[in-house]
Formats: sequence, structure tokens, C-alpha cells
Amino acid sequence: MIVSIKNVSKRYGKQDVLKNINLEIESGEIFGLLGPSGAGKTTLVRQLVGLETPSEGENYLFGEMMPSLKLIERIGYMAQSDALYTELSAKENLEFFASLFGLKGTHRKKRILEVMQLVDLSEHLNKLVTNYSGGMKRRLSLASALLHEPELLILDEPTVGIDPVLRQSIWSGFYDLKTQGKTLIVTTHVMDEAEKCDRLGLIRDGVLIAVGTPAELKEKTGSASVEEAFLAYGGVQHEN
Amino acid sequence: MRIRALVIRIIRQFLRDKRTLAMMLVAPLLILTMLHLVFNGENYIPKIGLVDVPDPVMEKMDIDDAKITEYESVKAAEEDTLNQAIDGYVVFEGPMLDKIVLEGSDPSVNGAVMKWFQQATKKLLPSQGQLEINVDYIHGSDDMGQFDYFGPVLLGFFAFFFVFLISGISFLRERTSGTLEKLLSSPLRKWEIVIGYVLGFGLFTMLQATLIASYAIYVLGMLMEGSFFYVLLITLMLSMTALTLGTLLSAFANNEFQMIQFIPIIIVPQFFFSGLINLDTISDWLSWLGPVTPLYYAAEALRDIMVRGYGWEAIYGNMLMLAGFSALFMVLNILALRKHRAV
Repeated sequence: MIVSIKNVSKRYGKQDVLKNINLEIESGEIFGLLGPSGAGKTTLVRQLVGLETPSEGENYLFGEMMPSLKLIERIGYMAQSDALYTELSAKENLEFFASLFGLKGTHRKKRILEVMQLVDLSEHLNKLVTNYSGGMKRRLSLASALLHEPELLILDEPTVGIDPVLRQSIWSGFYDLKTQGKTLIVTTHVMDEAEKCDRLGLIRDGVLIAVGTPAELKEKTGSASVEEAFLAYGGVQHEN
Repeated sequence: MRIRALVIRIIRQFLRDKRTLAMMLVAPLLILTMLHLVFNGENYIPKIGLVDVPDPVMEKMDIDDAKITEYESVKAAEEDTLNQAIDGYVVFEGPMLDKIVLEGSDPSVNGAVMKWFQQATKKLLPSQGQLEINVDYIHGSDDMGQFDYFGPVLLGFFAFFFVFLISGISFLRERTSGTLEKLLSSPLRKWEIVIGYVLGFGLFTMLQATLIASYAIYVLGMLMEGSFFYVLLITLMLSMTALTLGTLLSAFANNEFQMIQFIPIIIVPQFFFSGLINLDTISDWLSWLGPVTPLYYAAEALRDIMVRGYGWEAIYGNMLMLAGFSALFMVLNILALRKHRAV
């Protein structure tokens, strides 16, 4: 068990964003958080990286409670916004982020080349980020989260604005990371992407409505696709 | 190591953004030059009408330094005054002075006319004319211009203004672009972020302080009685408070526009309480604001050095206050960052 979310609720004023979430994520799996925008996916993953704290309940990573500075080095986080310094080149951006994690010298250089290769941006290393397209920025942002070889990767909508061919290659990158023993948590609102995850958590209006492998979820609801399964679970909830 | 990475990144960004760099370094020089030209301009020569002046009086009057027009009647002089062709006129009745009439809408012109009049009629009043008073100046001299007195305040003000704005907006951008969250999802400590900003920007503020101070003193010839080193030190300390205040306040702005809105609230009032206007003449219920503004201490210290020629013993109290402000703003900024990451 690498992530354990226990009775977590979050309120902003009177608005309930997360309602009593309980979830456990195993080491070495690709876990997908699926739900429409505004469902609370981002709030949940931000709690896991320590950028927010729950109103009630606790989040445990590697058996320790978040937020903790000690754990941060073991996590790679890619936010929904690209969070890059556009006036700098890709290389300068990566050099900076790598240094924050204590990477230096030839090791840093090597890692920068490796992650740029993975996201297929090697030939744009010295380009200023201002001149990058939206999809390239997204990939560079992903690359920056991989620099320090984290054990747990938390990716908030990693493939938004990326074309299908490239999305395919990025997902094959995710599978590579999985075979290296890394754990990935990916949020998405794209249903076909959800099929690629080992396990899924369906989240809607701050409630975790179902957890299971894509096959399980489809089987239980008698649906042909994850999309139908999601609607089936959501529909049940609606009747209550 | 992490702080060094942050400093290098800030410097790289700054060097890429030539226009902001120019605004920070060149804009204060441009404004100081303009103010220098405005305040140290030519003396105003009043245009004065004389109505019916008897010849013996005219001979005794010193009518240099004014443009004199003679009138036959009060009516003609009045008309010219209303048309602003002359600034005022003097009416005589026989050999005696009757009255002076001023156009009156510009106080500085009124002053110039009255000053001229006193000079011009000195010899008409022999009892006073004989008396020569010897005036000594403890500080400054009789040819000290207005710019020499305002100068130290202006120098501090513009250093403060531009550093505040640029550092504030940079830090704000870090927040709105999401990079601040990225920094906080790395092992970077909150205090390291604040120190990194102080060091990275500090380098450019140091450059700015040197440039402004040497330009004002050596090129514009601002009055300079004390040590240049102290002027530099004060300007730098003031810039530090501007830098730390700017980054702190950016936490309370949601976008660049809201950052600009701090100018009338935070920056402009400081200008009034920095000793540009004598604090004794400001209402009591308002004048307490002076001692809570950093510029107040910097202006006082700059005047002590530049106008009064004092040394370290006169300014160290003010310097301590400035250092205190910076430290306070830095601590508050670290606390403000807790909003983004609790640890």
C-alpha cells in the first residue's frame, strides 16, 4: 500500500468539495481518478502532494501522514497548469527544477536528456518555452515531474491538449514507468483513457462512487464501456 | 544549493526581459532628470505694470529683474491684468504708494511679484535699506536649490517605487502561473523561496541603487556633503524593504492590475510623509503615519548624509528601522506562503 486516504472531507466555506473519501492505492499500479470537471479530483490529488490539507480525515503516503516535507522528494507532481517559466528555454527550466531536488552535474544532464527523450522533445531542448505549442508545454511539464525519478507520480490531467498519436506514446511511457516499479495516479475526464488504467476510482460531486478495475466496473453494471458504467453508478446516486 | 538555483533562475529571467530591466534601471534616471530640470529651471521674471509713477520715485526704484510696462490710467492696467498680459500693477498717488493689485491665481507668481516689489522699493524706505544682515547657513547655502532638498527624497522614492512594482509583479506571476505551487511541491523550503527572491532581485536593486545615486550626484550635481558609500547603503536598504514589501503584498493581489492598485494605497502616501512636506504642518491625526512608512526613515537618513553631511552615527538608527522593516516583511511573507503549503 502506497497511498491510503482515510475519511477525507474538504470544505471551502459552506461548499463540500470532498465527502468522506476512503481509498487505498497499491504500489506499482496505474490508478485513474475519473470524473467530470468540478468533481473534486484536483482537490484530492493536491492533498496527496501536500498543497492542501483535508478538513477532516487523513492522507497517508508511504505510511506517513501528509503533508510532510520528507515525503515530497519521493513524489512527482504535474499540475493542471503547465507551471513553466516561459521566458526561459526548456533546458533552463529543467535545470532549475532538477536543482530543487538536489540533482547536479553529469547526473542532472543525463536525466534532462532522458526525460526529454521520453516526452519526445529532444530536438527542442534549447528552444524558449514561449515558442512551444500547448501540447509541447504539457509534455515538458510532464518531463519536469519525472526528473528526480519519484516512486509515486501524481499527474493531474496529463494528456489534455495532446494529440492521439502522442497520447499513445505518453501512455506507453507510463507503462514503462510502471514496469520500473513506479506507482502512478492519473486524473482524467476522458473515458477512453480510463480504460488504460489498472484500477479506477469514479468520483462525482466530491463522492467516490465506485472503485475497481475497468473490467470489474463494466461487469458489475452490465455496461459495454467505462462511460456507461460511470453513468450507471452516477444514475443510482441520482435516484437517492 | 536550492537557493542558488532559484537565484540563477531569477537572474536568467531578468536578463531575458530587457524591457523590465530597462524600466528598473533607466526609468528612475529619466524621471530624476525631468524633475531636476523642472525644479532647477530659470527664475520667473514677473511682468509688472506701473501706473502714474512720479519720475523721482522711478529713479529711485530698482526695476531690474522684471518686465515693466507703464500705464497712464488704472483702467488700462486693470484690463491688461485681467487678460494676463501682466501679473499685477502698482498704483501711486502723487509721490506716495497707494496699492498693489495682483492677478492672483498662481501663488508662485504672486510670491515672485511681492519679492520683486520689496527689492525694488528698498531705496524708497531709507531706514531699512541701510541694514545689511549677515546670514550664515549651518547646512546648505544660499544657492541651494529646491531640487537639492527634494532630491534625496526623490532618489529614495523612485528606487522604492520601481523595485516594489517589479518584484511584486514577478512574485505574483509565480503564483498565477502555477510555478509557485510547483516550487512548493518540491523540497524547497518556504524561507528559501523568500531568501532566493531577496538575493536574486537584490543583485539588480544593488545595480539600480548604484546607478541612481551616482547619476543624481555626479551627473545632475545634486547637493552632496557626506559620503557616497552611505548614500548607496541607504538606497540599497530602502530597496530591500521595497522588495520584501512588494513580494509580501503580491500575496494579496489576484492579478497584475490589483498589484498596480497598491500604488495609490501604499506608495503615494509614503511620498507625502517622507518629509517632502514638513510633517509639523500635517494634521496631528494624520502625521502619525510618517513613522510607519519605510521611506520616512530613508529620506531622513539620505538628507542627513547628502544635505547635512553627517556620518554613520546620524543614520544608524534609521538604518536599523529599515532593516527591521525588511525582516518583518520577510517573516510575514513566509507566513503568507503557509496558505499554499502548511509545512
